[in-house]
Amino acid sequence: MTSFTLRGHAGIGPKVTGTALVAADNFSARYDLDRIKGIFVRPQHKLVGQSYVGRVLVLNVAKGGVATAWMLHEMAARAMAPLALLLNFANPIMAQGAALADLPFMDRFEGDVTELLRTGDGVTVDPAAGLLTVTRD
Amino acid sequence: MKLGDEEQAMSAGAAGPARRWAIEHQIEVGRFFDAADMVPIDQVHIMADAESLGEAGVALLEKLAAHSLAERRVRVPTVTDPRGVDFKAYKRLKQTAEMVDLERRTIAAFSALGVLMTNTCINYQTVMPPVLGQHLAFGDTGSVIYASSVLGARSNFEGGPSALAAALTGRTPNYGYHLDRHRRGTRLFALTERPRDWSEWGALGGLIGRRMDSYWQVPVIAGVAGPPTSDELKHFGAALASHGSVPLFHMIGVTPEAPDLATVFDGPPPRAEPIGAGEIAAFTRSYAPPDDGLDVIVFAAPQLSLFEMQALADLLDGRRINPKVTLLAATSPEIKASCDRLGLTARIEQSGALVLEGVCFYQSYAREIGESNGWTRLMSNSAKLVNIIGGYGYRPVLASMERCVDSAVAGRIVR
Repeated sequence: MTSFTLRGHAGIGPKVTGTALVAADNFSARYDLDRIKGIFVRPQHKLVGQSYVGRVLVLNVAKGGVATAWMLHEMAARAMAPLALLLNFANPIMAQGAALADLPFMDRFEGDVTELLRTGDGVTVDPAAGLLTVTRD
Repeated sequence: MKLGDEEQAMSAGAAGPARRWAIEHQIEVGRFFDAADMVPIDQVHIMADAESLGEAGVALLEKLAAHSLAERRVRVPTVTDPRGVDFKAYKRLKQTAEMVDLERRTIAAFSALGVLMTNTCINYQTVMPPVLGQHLAFGDTGSVIYASSVLGARSNFEGGPSALAAALTGRTPNYGYHLDRHRRGTRLFALTERPRDWSEWGALGGLIGRRMDSYWQVPVIAGVAGPPTSDELKHFGAALASHGSVPLFHMIGVTPEAPDLATVFDGPPPRAEPIGAGEIAAFTRSYAPPDDGLDVIVFAAPQLSLFEMQALADLLDGRRINPKVTLLAATSPEIKASCDRLGLTARIEQSGALVLEGVCFYQSYAREIGESNGWTRLMSNSAKLVNIIGGYGYRPVLASMERCVDSAVAGRIVR
């Protein structure tokens, strides 16, 4: 087992530990998800068919419109949200949505977070410190 | 983040719990983006469809609306984006009583906060056009990009919660597109052939949007000989913002912050990427269907202007929509009232089409109404709608308004 840390910009929400789900693709709750079933459904998305519920979801940039700002809150209220969200670059909508939902959220890492993390990694997300601690089998 | 006396007082709860919630939300978002301070705003536009809000979001609104009038009233004029249910059409669309109930609760809560239920994404055409240099908190990406780019106002994408917070405090965190340094061009596109219709202007926006890497890129379009119309810029901007998730473009010689290349770029402009008829045709082809099956034809996203409604009425005069398919056209309450008065609604609906008011298709529980009505193949002239609706289980086709209407009459996709 190896362990390492990654620095990012200070983020939003509480410290959590979970398992990463990673893709070099982008994110919008409205465009990409079936929020009732908790899976990616946009046919072109690299995670199509996969469940994001309870995972540390790691993607490239925020895409789409403004709806995600309400939707993360709605998903969290039904316990159907990701555990945390990590992006290379946020847009305001993701930050606003994470703040409302109290969802752990970080961006602006020291490298491409979709390459530095792999699906299945154990990740502790500490938004206040701007720090990820990663364990890999 | 530097906070003024009034902001500190709101944070301490001196203006009541609603404003304290609002300013604390804004401080959290402002710190995330390293905002130095807050900036006063003149107008707010809130994304407010109940499908996005969900039960949790509506409950939050109701909690805010339960405070005293002095503590809950918005501080600047605040208008709403399209809702999810048109009460006159919901049965025909097979929306449910639960959807209607959530919608009524949403309207009651927003109204108690002093929000004006305009239910439109074309507020820049129909309610109050922003002015060069004004700071705003607008939701709906199409509304933001038009206000910022065509009119020169300043707004980030403000999702529903943040727009509501801005309405309650009268300010917003001063980061991103409120600042001069983020409004400079980063990419340059040279238009080689002018788009021929609204659908092609949308396709142009969509294909530039597909090339955007993040929210922080500002595309500059050169080579547009003579100003496009407001509706052409509306389709272009809405598709650019949808496909690219960017809130600002400059069009040399057209938009107010871009008289020439030297003004809009810091230093020498980047290499121009040519775009013309070939790229636009390829974008449209990316939505080409494998067969001619058709279920529903939608004109929406953005809602139709008065002139678009007139064009639709002209195309439908004396024709009947094939009973195998459904044609929907969504517009704002202001435009709908004008269309009623001017006879356009009657001309459109005589064909069997349905005019929807104060809603937009993708915000109207698109997945559920698709399943209830058996709709999968959707045809539209909106390059924004075809981008969004794939995630709701539809197979979208992009075409001109003329070809959409011909297809609706034929009951199959006319090529």
